Formats: sequence, C-alpha cells, structure tokens
Amino acid sequence: MAMTEQGAPTGRPNRPRVFWTMRRRQLLWVWGFLAVPVLFYGVIRFYPTGHAFWLSLTDWDLMSEPSFIGLDNYTRLFADPQFGRVFRNTFAYLIMGTPISLVLSFIIAYALDRVRFGHTFLRALYFLPFITTASAMAWVWRWFYQPAPIGVINDFLSGFGIPQLAFLNSTTWALPSIMVTAIWAGLGFQIIIFMAGLRAIPNTYYEAARIDGLGEWAILRRITLPLLKPTTVFLVVFSSIGFLRIFDQVYNMTTNDPGGPLGSTKPLVLMIYQTAFSSYEMGYAAAQTVVLFTILLVVSLLQLWILRERT
Amino acid sequence: MHKGILLAGLMAGISPFTVTAAQAVEIEYWQYVFETRVNAMDQLIEAFEAANPGITVKHVTFPYADYQTRVVAANMARQGPDVLQLFYGWADQFIGGRVIQPLSPEAFPHAQIEEEFFPIVSAMKRGDDYYGLPTAVRSLALFYNKNLMTAAGLDPNTPPTTLEELVTQAKAMAEVDGAGNMVTAGMTLDMGGQDHQWWREVLVRQFGGAPYSEDGATVTYNDEAGAAALKFFTDLQLVEKIGQRGFMDEGQAAFRAGKAGFTVDGTFRLGSFRTIEDFEWGVTELPANAEGLRSNYASYFANAIGASAEGEELEAAEKFLAFISSEEAMKIWLDVVGELPARRSAALTEENLANPVYAPFLKGLEYARTTLFVDEAAQRQNTIDMANRVLIEGQSVEDSLAAAAAAEQAIIDRAKK
Repeated sequence: MAMTEQGAPTGRPNRPRVFWTMRRRQLLWVWGFLAVPVLFYGVIRFYPTGHAFWLSLTDWDLMSEPSFIGLDNYTRLFADPQFGRVFRNTFAYLIMGTPISLVLSFIIAYALDRVRFGHTFLRALYFLPFITTASAMAWVWRWFYQPAPIGVINDFLSGFGIPQLAFLNSTTWALPSIMVTAIWAGLGFQIIIFMAGLRAIPNTYYEAARIDGLGEWAILRRITLPLLKPTTVFLVVFSSIGFLRIFDQVYNMTTNDPGGPLGSTKPLVLMIYQTAFSSYEMGYAAAQTVVLFTILLVVSLLQLWILRERT
Repeated sequence: MHKGILLAGLMAGISPFTVTAAQAVEIEYWQYVFETRVNAMDQLIEAFEAANPGITVKHVTFPYADYQTRVVAANMARQGPDVLQLFYGWADQFIGGRVIQPLSPEAFPHAQIEEEFFPIVSAMKRGDDYYGLPTAVRSLALFYNKNLMTAAGLDPNTPPTTLEELVTQAKAMAEVDGAGNMVTAGMTLDMGGQDHQWWREVLVRQFGGAPYSEDGATVTYNDEAGAAALKFFTDLQLVEKIGQRGFMDEGQAAFRAGKAGFTVDGTFRLGSFRTIEDFEWGVTELPANAEGLRSNYASYFANAIGASAEGEELEAAEKFLAFISSEEAMKIWLDVVGELPARRSAALTEENLANPVYAPFLKGLEYARTTLFVDEAAQRQNTIDMANRVLIEGQSVEDSLAAAAAAEQAIIDRAKK
C-alpha cells in the first residue's frame, strides 16, 4: 500500500523502519520509563553516597567550607576507643541477632505451617510487631525493663521474691535486652517469608519421601531445608543488614543515656548520628559512614559467597 | 486578608505615596518551636511594630531538633535571619561559622550590659565583643515533695539548706522493700538530667575546687575537690542509699510520680511540675556546703544579630534586639513563658522575690555560673559515664575522675583547635 501512495521516494519509508526496529522502539520505551527512577536515584541516592566518600576526607563541620585533610578522619576513627566498643556492639547485634532470629522464625513458621486451627489469627499475631512503629515498641519495652516499682518484668520477679535484673541499667545485659526487642520486632516478617518458602515446596516430594518410609527428621534435613535455601539466603542477608544498621530500638530505649550505660549498647549508626547531628563533625561522621558501608558490603558478599549454589 | 492585599495593590497603583511604605524594612526573626515562646514573641513583635511603623518583623520557627541545622544551612546559602535565637553554648560554633555578628558597642554599650544584666551574660562575650543578649534565663533549684516529708516525720516547711541536711532528710524519706528494691527515693540521682550541671558547677565548687579554668579551655576538676564531689554524689547511692540511678527511668519522672523526695531541676521544669495534683511540692535554693557556700548553674537562649544583616536591616535588627531584651519584654516573657528575666531590675522585683516558686531560682542567679560548653551533649555524656563507671562498674572515684577529665579535655581541645 505504501508503494501506491503519492510519489513518495521508494527508499524512504523503509529507512526509518530499519532503524526503529521493534526491539529498539521497545528499548526506547523502557529507558524512557527507567530514566525517571534512574535520574531520581542518581540525584538523591548515588550522588550523596559518592559525596560522602569525598566528605570523609575533609574536616567539614557544617559551618565552614570543607577542607581536604587526607585520611585523618580514618586514623582518628581507628584510634578512637569508642569506635572499638561500637564495632564490637555492632557485631554482637549481628552475630547473635541473625542466627537467633532465623532459627526462631523457622521453628515458628514450621510449626505454624502445620497448624490448621486459628492459623490466620496466629499468623497475624506474629506479624503484628512488624507493622508497629519501632520507636513506639521500643518505648513499651523500655517500660517493661524498668526497675521494680514500675517495670513489668521486675515487678513480676519481685512478686516471687526473685532479685531484680538491671536490664537496661547494666553494662552486661543492656545489649541483649535491646536485641530481644529487635528480634521480636523482625520476627513477623521472617516468619511470613519462611512460610511462603515452605508452601512453595511441592507436596509430591513429601509424598514420595513418606512412601519411601523417611522419618520426619530426615524429611526436614533432606528435603525441607535444602529446598528452602534461597529463602534462607535472602533472610540471612536481609536480617544481617538490619542488625548492622540497628538504630531505632537503641536510640529510643536509651534516650537519657544514648547508647546505654557506658556505651554498652551503642551501635555504629548511633555513633554516626551523634557525630553528625550532635557534634556537627560531618567529615568524621562521613568517614564512619564509609566504614559502615564497607562492612555491609563485605558481610553481604561473604554471605552470598558462603551460601552460594554449589553445582 | 485577601481584600487587604487587593486594596493595597490598588492603592499602590493609584497613589505615589505608597512607594515609601513599600520601602519599609522587613527583618526576619528565627527561633525554635515552643508554644509559649512563640506566643510571647508574637506579642512582642506586635508591640514592636506598633512602636516602629517602618519596620516589619517576619517570625520564622523550626522544630527544635532541626533548628541548628536549619540556621547553619540557611547561613551557607546566605539566606540567614537578621535576628535569631541561639543557646549560649552554641556561641563558639556560630561565631566561628560566621552565623552571627558582634553587637556594635554604640548600640549596646558594654558598661550598660554588664551593669544591668546578670553576670552570666558574659558567656556571650568573646574577646571585646558581645555577640548576643538574653531575654530570659534559667537556673536550678531543689524541688521537694511536701507529702513525703510529712510522712517521714519531717517539717515540710523547712527543706534542707545544707548538703548535710539534704542527706539526712533524704535518708528519712527513702524507702526500700523486703527484697531490697527501692520503693521511694529520698532523692533522684540522674546525671543525664540536671545532676551533671549540679556536680560540675555546684558540688565541685562546694568541695573547694573549680571545674574549668576561667577561659573554659582547661579541665581543672581532676583534683581532691573533684574527687570529693564525685564521691559525695556516688555515695548518695552506694553508701547513703538515698537514691538509685535509673530509678523510675528519669529523675523528673520519679519526682512527678511522687516517688522521690528531692530532685534538682530547672525553671524549665515548672510547667510540667505545675500540673502535679497528687501531692504538694515546694522549691528551695540548692543547699549550701558546711561553710555556707552556694553555687548554681544558669543557662539561657540569647538573641543575636545574623551575619548577613547590614545597612538599614542591621539598624532595624539592632532596634528589635534592644526591644526584645528590654525590661518590658522580659515581663511579658515571664508572664507568658515563665522564664526568669535576664535583667536584674526586671527580675529582682519585690513581687518576684515574694513569689515562693520564683524566689529560689532568682536567688540562685546572683551566684550562678555558666559552663562554657563546646559540645554540651558530648560533655554531658562524659559526666554520665564518669558516674556510671563508679556506680555500675565499681571503678574507684579517682580513676573514673581522671579518665573523665582526660576525655573532656580532648573534647575541648578538638573544638578549640
């Protein structure tokens, strides 16, 4: 039909068709849509991230122009006794928090998967903490942990003549006390993901295993856990990042002595916050951020490598 | 409102006389959001504009948490305010960052400032220049629970006047249950509250020392006096057992709930304590030492002139600053906000001195000191940690004090470099 149209040069209608192939046009559309988020992320995410690396090499204090001081912030950081403690705390949250929360949520998900009676209700109950504001929860737990006349747990203990536990007022127990809150808060999400993973395992495998006479324990070890691996990897990485970035619970549960007695609960993120927004040492805070970024990157890559598919 | 604008626009189009009105100066005043402060300032601005027809003041407020950052960011963008409120402890940073400018001695003669204001105004002086003037000041005093005093067989009309009486009376009120848990504290021990100020500027001095050198550049509490002061404070829990750190979470909460006999707190707590209905409370001067020496810690938010103000805006800003630091302004501030006037003549009136609540705070102002903080949060944390090392970890008073002094010196050195 194009050929019959009034005197158009024969080559012309073909040329754009060669250039604007279906694929190219699709790509144009895709990039047209992607450009908005890419630009958005570039401006509000990647540019500031890159800028933080530069700031970490300066002495910017928000007031005056930043001047380049080389690696001074980093040498100061590694010599700072507070950093050592904060580093240990951060890894304590990670090393204890991640396995405990994963084992707990798996056990609960595994059991919940078999419960028929009140299943939806129970699942909602476990999920509830996850949708509650972290700071509100932290304040409720803070009240639970108080010493005798007001603290719920200590009141209960005193009722049985058991001596009080110092919880948040103890340098030993403050961190575990906060970790319990954090684990509890994240549990609902992990349970839901585990349950979705469990549901995704085809029933035929289980039926075949039962016909072959495998016991429950063997089914769990040989079928359920291996097939849950993608879910587990996701949750390990996700929960590790969460624990490495813990802030809300710590900040809200210890506002009158931020970071717990003698800094016993202070994670890296809280140190960054205080350095930046209370001492206004932006350059130093940026250096701490870069260190946190590196830790997050290394830990995540390490986990992905350890839990990789071995073929 | 809209009609007014329309009318003004019409008139501007018609009448050549409105040109002068358009040239009127507008200055910006910044402070943080605190309802009564905002109300008081609105009243002051109204009065100021009525008295100075050529000047309008735009009142801009920000939440407290953002305030400092906003001021600094605006200053970097050269969009800073003409007059702004700042905590005296931020002065070093704001001067260093060229956020505020020195007050001209012609508009604000030094001799007059020093004569008319309480001596703590000197915390806004650097070198030969004053960088701001306060409208209102805050000081500390000892709050006491009259009901608990009566129940312990004490006379609620004779609160402690010395540290010794403080300990004996608090001991009488402290109550412990069978399991050894504190049920009622004789006194709150809360370094994170106002106790760190009490220790630093009051106890250290009462035990014969001084917390810092005169210029605030050197920590001087690491001596026998400092150790005695820290021992006195930590012994309140460890030996006398009249209080417990962390009891009811916060000292002010324990007092509010009627579970503590005494608490050291400031004028800014009056609003909260005035709503107490379950018991009667009183307030008295901070106790003296055996020799009768008293001290106090006072602090304030000052008003300063922004670095960018110049020409007729600077002139207007100076007029406005003079107005909001005047005696009339202070009276309004006391009525509306409840904070004490910064000028002697406005503060030490017969009426105020006869007021049982204001009088102890006002008396405290006469001998109050103002700590020249370089980083208040970090220095407070350092004092909290110092007490905690003794109270929780059982470190010796001397070791903990030495560590605190070294750490605080490092904070000061870094800020001053």
